[in-house]
Amino acid sequence: METALNESYIQKVNRYMGLQREDARISKSYLFVAFVALLLGGVLGLLQGLNRAGMLELPSWLNYYQILTAHGVLLVLVLTAFFTIGYFYAGLSHTLGGLLPKVRKMAWIGFSLKIVGFVFAVIPILMNQASVLYTFYPPMAASPYFYIGLVLIIVGVWMCAFGAFINVAHWRKYNRGQSLPIFSFFATGVFVLLFFGSIPVAIEVFMIIPWAFGWVETINVMLSRTLFWAFGHTLVNIWYLTAVSAWYVIVPKVIGGRRFSDTLTRIVVILLVVMNIPGGFHHQIVDPGISQEVKFLHVFMSLSIAFPSLMTAFAMFSVFERTGRKKGGKGLLGWYKKLPWGDVRFLAPMIAMIAFIVGGAGGIVQSTNQLNQVVHNTMWIVGHFHITVGTSVILTFFGISYWLIPYISNRTLTPKINRLGVIQTIIWTAGMLFMAGAMHYVGLLGAPRRTSYTTYGESATALGWDPFMILIAIGGVLLIVGVLLQVYAVFHLMFRAPKGETEFPIAEREEHDTYTPYWTERWGNWIVIMLLLIAMGYVIPIVDFTINAPPGSPPIKTW
Amino acid sequence: MSRSEIIWLALSFGMLMAFMLATGYQTFALEMGPPSHGETIDPQRVDETAPFDQPGIKKIGENEYEVVMTMQIFSFNPSDIEIPAGATVHFILTSKDVTHGFQVAGTNINAMVMPGHIQKITQKFDRPGEYLVLCNEYCGAGHQLMSTRIYVK
Repeated sequence: METALNESYIQKVNRYMGLQREDARISKSYLFVAFVALLLGGVLGLLQGLNRAGMLELPSWLNYYQILTAHGVLLVLVLTAFFTIGYFYAGLSHTLGGLLPKVRKMAWIGFSLKIVGFVFAVIPILMNQASVLYTFYPPMAASPYFYIGLVLIIVGVWMCAFGAFINVAHWRKYNRGQSLPIFSFFATGVFVLLFFGSIPVAIEVFMIIPWAFGWVETINVMLSRTLFWAFGHTLVNIWYLTAVSAWYVIVPKVIGGRRFSDTLTRIVVILLVVMNIPGGFHHQIVDPGISQEVKFLHVFMSLSIAFPSLMTAFAMFSVFERTGRKKGGKGLLGWYKKLPWGDVRFLAPMIAMIAFIVGGAGGIVQSTNQLNQVVHNTMWIVGHFHITVGTSVILTFFGISYWLIPYISNRTLTPKINRLGVIQTIIWTAGMLFMAGAMHYVGLLGAPRRTSYTTYGESATALGWDPFMILIAIGGVLLIVGVLLQVYAVFHLMFRAPKGETEFPIAEREEHDTYTPYWTERWGNWIVIMLLLIAMGYVIPIVDFTINAPPGSPPIKTW
Repeated sequence: MSRSEIIWLALSFGMLMAFMLATGYQTFALEMGPPSHGETIDPQRVDETAPFDQPGIKKIGENEYEVVMTMQIFSFNPSDIEIPAGATVHFILTSKDVTHGFQVAGTNINAMVMPGHIQKITQKFDRPGEYLVLCNEYCGAGHQLMSTRIYVK
């Protein structure tokens, strides 16, 4: 109610006029790159799946690990980062009354840096000079240009993060005492995490580059691994927070309802931001050189991230139930029939949320010591990754694309493309069920991840995994069909769909929602708390790795 | 906050605490914590440093064995180990080059083995049979070939 009163002139203009053309072009370019990456990464994923199942032999000039590196870089660095930035920049522009000219410029500089960086990274990969996988653990050493590419990508991301901060600060200057629009609040959280989360990997890469060039003889292996995971897991949660923003803000509007408590939503964002970075340490539960006590502290820090997710689960289903009942749904579960299941803008994120129940449960159990020891580096982890990122996050992104792309392209979603989207969602879900399901199971049996087809010299144990590998390949085939449909839908909506107005669906808050306390806006405080938590998690191990370090390792090329 | 929300949050919090208690009890009371050995070694001098100058299997007690093992691209040294059923085996591991994983399929043995660090893990093999040992951290072009066997007789 008070939003209508407080709306500034420029917001009103923006609400009626839609997104400004220059801002739309930024988002459109970012999303274009994201979906090209999906297409390329998807094809590479299929090749991998078929090879892993022993159904396809790769030509001698194309190495399995080369494809795996490219698949990872394309999907987890390019697709997700470009989508996140395109989506949040459209939303910043929409909710804050347009981007500032200098912010627009920063977004374009960021775009160019990332594209140049990507070219730098991909050429050594294609030349088989950087088959070090997405995790690039030293002392495996790729061509130095691969790492230089990564630096450029990181700096490009920083440009976009600072652009977002400048735009938010500008809005706050002219709207003193007000809460930032909820969508931009999510964007702030995501960009804070992107910036602070990528600092550790930037430090790691700056340690690696002189070593990869041969100017420095050895490298500290444990330190670089730890710095990598401080970033690696944060990145995963950045995508997740992006998806969560759509669940809280967009989906309620799509189903004709209202948002969950504004205060609780902001607390969830703050919790996910401050607790995130130390959570990455759980990747090192079975590493040497870290004491049991430190590892126990980190199990706690990893598990604590589950808490805001469990709050989210409650919030979402509460919104669904409330909306369904308002539309006349009766009885204990009658409300779910009133939800718009035939609308891809709802169906895709809804399945994404359901997948997150499974993925989240898997995540909670595997961050405890014992199960982690069983599943560490097995196919289980790949299954977990494909159910959380590949389904929860990516399916939400797909759902977003059916309104965001028409919105920035001044086009509309036709019933035909909506139907295509529903079919795409079902195919994607089925593909992931086959693939991730089989991966989880075969991982429990001990099948390792990141390995091309092998029977380990006709080992009976390894041969016993083969039937599940076939299921993985079937899932992969379904998924590539899903990729092709999705990319077709995206490019159709971008360039061919009928012209018209599309709404940026931001849900209103509940009528009886309480006033949002202003302390939620004090990002300075949250960042201090975040830094304290990072220090709590990392000071002991990093000091230990530095002081008690063994002699370092020289660069080694093993492929 | 509604009543149902408070109940949900209490259950969520309780569940996470239960996980923590179980993990803590296993780690500190039952000594079932994850492999976390702290000793270091010069990764370029593994062959000259005891005990890795003499990798192999050694009987150290009543049905208790010690296996000193190096991992390097793309093999385990020693390979094809034979032990009697019911034996407790203490593995002492290090890497001579890049990061490797040490996993015995069908058991809880799973540890990272990194250059510069000595890793230790213990397991009792009750069930006779052939156990597949494999490297589960990508280590290069021949990673998929890096395996060996433990024969429990």
